[in-house]
Amino acid sequence: MKTKILAIAAGAAISMVAAQAASAATLDDIKKKGHVQCGVSQGLAGFSNPDDKGNWTGMDVDVCRALGAAIFGDATKAKYTALSAKERFTALQSGEVDLLSRNTTWTATRDTALGLNFAGVNYYDGQGFMVRKSLGVTSALQLAGAAICTNTGTTTELNVADGFRADKRRYEVVAFEKADEVVQAYDKGRCDVYTTDASGLYSQRLKLANADDHIVLPEIISKEPLGPVVRQGDDQWFNLVKWTMYLMLNAEELGVTSKNVDEMKSSGNPAVKRILGVEGNFGENLGVGNDWGYNIIKQVGNYGEVFDANVGPDTPLGIARGVNALWSKGGIQYAPPIR
Amino acid sequence: MSVETQDVESDGAKVPLWNDPKVRALVSQAVLIGLVLWFGYEIVNNTFVNLEKRKIASGFGFLNTTASFGIIQTLVPYTEASSYGRVFFVGLLNTLLIGGIGIVVATMLGFLVGIMRLSKNWVVQKVATVYVETLRNIPLLLQIFFWYFGVLSALPNARNSLVLFGETVFLNSRGLYLPKPIFEDGSGAIWIALLVGIVAAFFVRRWATKRQEATGEQFPKFWATVGLVLGLPFLAYLLSGLPVSVEYSTKGTFNLSGGLQVIPEFVALLLALSFYTASFIAEIVRAGILAVSHGQTEAAHALGIKNSHTLRLVVIPQALRVIIPPLTSQYLNLTKNSSLAVAIAYPDLVSVFAGTVLNQTGQAVEILLMTMGVYLAISLITSMFMNWYNAKMALAER
Repeated sequence: MKTKILAIAAGAAISMVAAQAASAATLDDIKKKGHVQCGVSQGLAGFSNPDDKGNWTGMDVDVCRALGAAIFGDATKAKYTALSAKERFTALQSGEVDLLSRNTTWTATRDTALGLNFAGVNYYDGQGFMVRKSLGVTSALQLAGAAICTNTGTTTELNVADGFRADKRRYEVVAFEKADEVVQAYDKGRCDVYTTDASGLYSQRLKLANADDHIVLPEIISKEPLGPVVRQGDDQWFNLVKWTMYLMLNAEELGVTSKNVDEMKSSGNPAVKRILGVEGNFGENLGVGNDWGYNIIKQVGNYGEVFDANVGPDTPLGIARGVNALWSKGGIQYAPPIR
Repeated sequence: MSVETQDVESDGAKVPLWNDPKVRALVSQAVLIGLVLWFGYEIVNNTFVNLEKRKIASGFGFLNTTASFGIIQTLVPYTEASSYGRVFFVGLLNTLLIGGIGIVVATMLGFLVGIMRLSKNWVVQKVATVYVETLRNIPLLLQIFFWYFGVLSALPNARNSLVLFGETVFLNSRGLYLPKPIFEDGSGAIWIALLVGIVAAFFVRRWATKRQEATGEQFPKFWATVGLVLGLPFLAYLLSGLPVSVEYSTKGTFNLSGGLQVIPEFVALLLALSFYTASFIAEIVRAGILAVSHGQTEAAHALGIKNSHTLRLVVIPQALRVIIPPLTSQYLNLTKNSSLAVAIAYPDLVSVFAGTVLNQTGQAVEILLMTMGVYLAISLITSMFMNWYNAKMALAER
């Protein structure tokens, strides 16, 4: 009898814990455990990559750092889980990570059937091709019959199939699970072509034995809006991630940087006062402190600073702002106002 | 007096129900089964409730959805317009292909090395020992990478292929290119002849064995089998007007096209799996042979049976009784280890179905259940076959 009661109690406890985990608010959990658990890539220079001291850096990592700054006032309160393209959604769905910030393309399936929500776009990308110069290829249209190396479980794999299927061109796709294996196989001559998002090509090219022997072809064959992802059904957390990104864009627009943020606090511009928490209670409405904007910009920087520091022209990747410039400067990065 | 009363009491129906051992056993077992069932129900229910709560799609409807991605090696017709269900089938066949060929190669190599380890020739024996000790002590994944990134990628690139057998066979870092037979109209007769040949060979061998047991007369079983299985289809080929042509690989812009391509991912995985498993099989074979008492060999030699016949007819049949059970586990291991294919882009079931399809649809529960079910089924079927073979080989006591 005793064992029976114990077993039932244990079973009931298990199912209650499971049910709870599904409904609990992510933000409360994060506050309780003291850090944001962030899903990132296994190493993509400029986006999420551990440096020589083991600290994660990159544009995607800065989203997590900004959230750490917004919630705890400390950008270092974020921990990172390296995920392959294949593992990433399961890790987010199962609650292993609070947020997926891993150069992930926003698509309809992922936004609906996978039970996820994209909180915005931190980098507008498109898929490109890289080949050896010695092949003498100058356009993606000359690639019929080529062997193409790519990552399994990515939109890249699907775009290639679509492109070649539409033109009825023959090709051979070799799909690896890890990005490093793709690069290695391409470098060793298993494939003629390496394809992934254009930003990824610039980043991975740095890993090749002789980076100068390879060129990125001019064609961009797809739209790849990359951004952070959260689980469906937790609007508070979704809002916080979304507005953290908008805040960084608004800050760039208003000229608030990590360097002048302290002076800007006494600025007369009401918009600046609002994003720095001098006026209004926007932070409280999101479930964090009103100084969230000040902390993000002070510790992480505005969107333009983050871009320049990680992938901009002065970095080894050397990517121009292009479509990722602010809407007011010819790009398509546009954030709703904070008011 | 008092003793009698007690006896009556224990035999009668006055024992309370909760003290009756039969009732107690029944109740406790029923409770246990109930708990297990309830626990199982709770897990399934919980999963579905939570999937729904997180708005993750569920059910098996996704199997009819268009896959729209390419697969490098398909044994059945497959295009990007095929369904996810077709992907499952393609992956399954690729797994069975690597498992089946791997088991055959590993067995042959394992038997050879196992016998070599017992050789009286010092060099042969040491070579076999080094083989076993090296390969079984290196993790399989490393061996796969070694073959794939170390050995096969060192082959010449596609534009400088090695040309073998006068422009019919090509070898480069993209794979091995063989002439591909094209079966035209009327080639059905060849397949029928092959089937007839196999069945006939089976009956001829059975008849020959019976006759030898009855009369002692020998019959050239081996040559009769070769003649029936290979000769009959060849005869059919000639008679039906040579309906088979051969397609050779030709050079294209990037690589060879046409012909039969054996991809390097397959070769690397096959080599790694069969070399690795063969090292274990070698030890099993050695143990099996050592388990046969030396007296058996001596007796055979005393009867004037030559060495090769002693091994084939006396030692190995007895050793097989020891060998088969552990051999079965090695076969199961090889099949399951083939899922490491995912590391080098060989499109097996785990790679394309539990990998790519899972990622595209996000339906982890359904896909992993199907994949686990497949591996369970493959393992159980292999086990069943090996148990049957073991029973057939077991000592027939008279």
